Amino acid sequence: MFVMIDPGAIPENPGDEMTTTATRPASLDTLSWLEAEGIHIIREVAAEFERPCLLFSGGKDSIVMLRLAEKAFWPARIPFPVMHVDTGHNFPEAIEFRDRRAAELEIALLVASVQDSIDQGRVVEEVGPRASRNRLQTVTLLDAIAEHNFDALFGGARRDEEKARAKERIFSFRDAFGQWDPSNQRPELWNLYNGRLTRGEHIRAFPLSNWTELDVWQYIKREELEIPSIYFAHERSMFERDGMLFPTSEFVPRLPHEIPFDARVRFRTVGDMTCTAGVLSEAETLEAVVAEIAATRITERGETRADDRFSEAAMEDRKREGYF
Amino acid sequence: MTTQSLAALSDPLGPDQRTLLRLATAGSVDDGKSTLIGRLLFDSKQTFIDQMEAIERTSRTRGEDDVNLAYLTDGLRSEREQGITIDVAYRYFSTPRRKFILADTPGHVQYTRNMVTGASTADAALLLVDARRGVLEQTRRHAYLSNLLGIRHFVLCVNKMDLVGWDQTVFEQIAEELTRFASRMGVTDVRAIPISAKFGDWVVEPSARMSWYPGPPLLEQLETLEASEPPQHHAARFPVQYVIRPLREAYHDYRGYAGTMASGVLRVGDRVRVMPSGAETTVASIEAFDQQLVEASPPMAVTVRLADQLDVRRGSMIVSAEHPPTAATSIDTHICWMSERVPLRARDRLVIKHTTQTTRAMVAEVSARLDVNTLDYDLTASQLSLNEIGRVRLRLMAPLSVDPYDESRETGAFILVDEATSATVGAGMISSGE
Repeated sequence: MFVMIDPGAIPENPGDEMTTTATRPASLDTLSWLEAEGIHIIREVAAEFERPCLLFSGGKDSIVMLRLAEKAFWPARIPFPVMHVDTGHNFPEAIEFRDRRAAELEIALLVASVQDSIDQGRVVEEVGPRASRNRLQTVTLLDAIAEHNFDALFGGARRDEEKARAKERIFSFRDAFGQWDPSNQRPELWNLYNGRLTRGEHIRAFPLSNWTELDVWQYIKREELEIPSIYFAHERSMFERDGMLFPTSEFVPRLPHEIPFDARVRFRTVGDMTCTAGVLSEAETLEAVVAEIAATRITERGETRADDRFSEAAMEDRKREGYF
Repeated sequence: MTTQSLAALSDPLGPDQRTLLRLATAGSVDDGKSTLIGRLLFDSKQTFIDQMEAIERTSRTRGEDDVNLAYLTDGLRSEREQGITIDVAYRYFSTPRRKFILADTPGHVQYTRNMVTGASTADAALLLVDARRGVLEQTRRHAYLSNLLGIRHFVLCVNKMDLVGWDQTVFEQIAEELTRFASRMGVTDVRAIPISAKFGDWVVEPSARMSWYPGPPLLEQLETLEASEPPQHHAARFPVQYVIRPLREAYHDYRGYAGTMASGVLRVGDRVRVMPSGAETTVASIEAFDQQLVEASPPMAVTVRLADQLDVRRGSMIVSAEHPPTAATSIDTHICWMSERVPLRARDRLVIKHTTQTTRAMVAEVSARLDVNTLDYDLTASQLSLNEIGRVRLRLMAPLSVDPYDESRETGAFILVDEATSATVGAGMISSGE
């Protein structure tokens, strides 16, 4: 994977011949290039901010991000805590994995609970069969940032996921209200990230900005990373809504015509059970999942996320408010 | 047929050896950049079913006759409302031959800073011109900025050929004018293609309506473009980002310097100098996670350990002892000024970030301002306003280890930050330092 360069290529006098031989630094394969960029971003944040924190949900993107953090500081431990904003409606498999992975890495795991925000009257729970705590997470997240004085949060968002995310900087500035102003972002040149803040402001840093969904899966395979079992095909009780297959759970009241049935499914994304749909699949191994992703004709959010279907700017609106 | 969907990728499980090409669009507003990208993604079968449904819905709601492919890239509410691109959108696509990251940048002059954001990380520029309007001031500004930022490969798309009756003469005149302009800047690799983004002529497929153009189509050009980097400095440069001290029993005396290789090659056993102190030592080991490496080159992120205990911290630079950079307290630069609030003038104080080092700079002199139409420098200028480019000398509070930008992007670039607002207000490229 490393480029061998003829030692004779170093000119005697650095002023001469600089223009003759073009070594091609970018000849790293794409995954190695993306990994190096991600590690660079993580180190930059750790060096320039006082209280960073990594958002870790047990989902595939945050698993990759955590792997990059592990590599960035090895053999030291990751020098910041991880935090999960738990809606209380998450897949048990993802929660179990989250706890185990944090323990393996010997890092602090903070859990910010949407249930606590509801109990304290900070947010009001939606009602009805389509109720979801997805949007409530923003308040819980911003409260946790204020409580812990975090000045930088790592998120696993990728620009290929969604059109508002395609516009976002790697260091994305948030004002004292936690808001993103997409029409007034800081210019971001080269890999020189500007992390200057005044009190109360913070940045969101996205080390996986340039990764595609397929890159994430290929990397998981290359690194042989463990992921929660729900990413692989399994039997599950499901019901159909809006043309998508949702897992039956105590958190989602079903309408009369929504009859549960058993299906062989896997999940392409791992979010709140109320708004994460599964896909019919026979892919039981990482190889089979990668092959499926490489062949798919539907985006991951389009296929599996009910939360992006409200309007063409649903994600932009949530991000403006301070969502992940 | 040169493209296939990812489904046809021969073996998504095997080691993927495809390299990456980073592209940035450039050109004036209404030249059809977003439509071209939409067309490129659509014709190369990189759009997803639900994305197409969404833009069909949007086009219909907005009362447009055809599906507007530009909606594939315009992401923000205000952009859709105004029908323009305000900020860079990044798009990812691949063919069996190559992976691409494409920065779709805005054409409006007031959003030039966002164009610069997209171009600063690009290997090649995709320059668009409206066939009816020809080469405009904004076309020249973007071409100049692309070159200034170190892009040496231009792909010129003369768009909207359908609106000039597919006229070969129109195409040739524009291609010649832009090629001449580029060669005055020293850019020799300009590939001109007549296209219609709206109808798809010569984007992915050949066009019968412009059979006078021999090809190949745009996508094939991008697949085969030899994107050698700007001339690279060969001497090793390793800016230290972070000092790793594990404080665990098993690694009691471990001290590693983490960073990203900026230029050259660093090998175990190499004699190195630590800037700015100037102390010398040798490289004891180079590590990447649990691997011990023999050498490292850009853009690898590694951890370097040195044979001697020296004062090394974030902002230090480990460099070739034989060919060190200049430890400069005064630098001559080109600056693209990006502040709406104030112009750049002599005696201004700013925060400067260069590699992993941050210090303060004072403007000693604004010596010239570029006229992007003539490429001449106005030597009577004394300030730079928003989106202007000029020659500026800066005095530095602490020495920076610099190389000319032409020789090393990583150690020749810097940003300027306004202390009052914390905004990034300048993009700088070093020509010399002392």
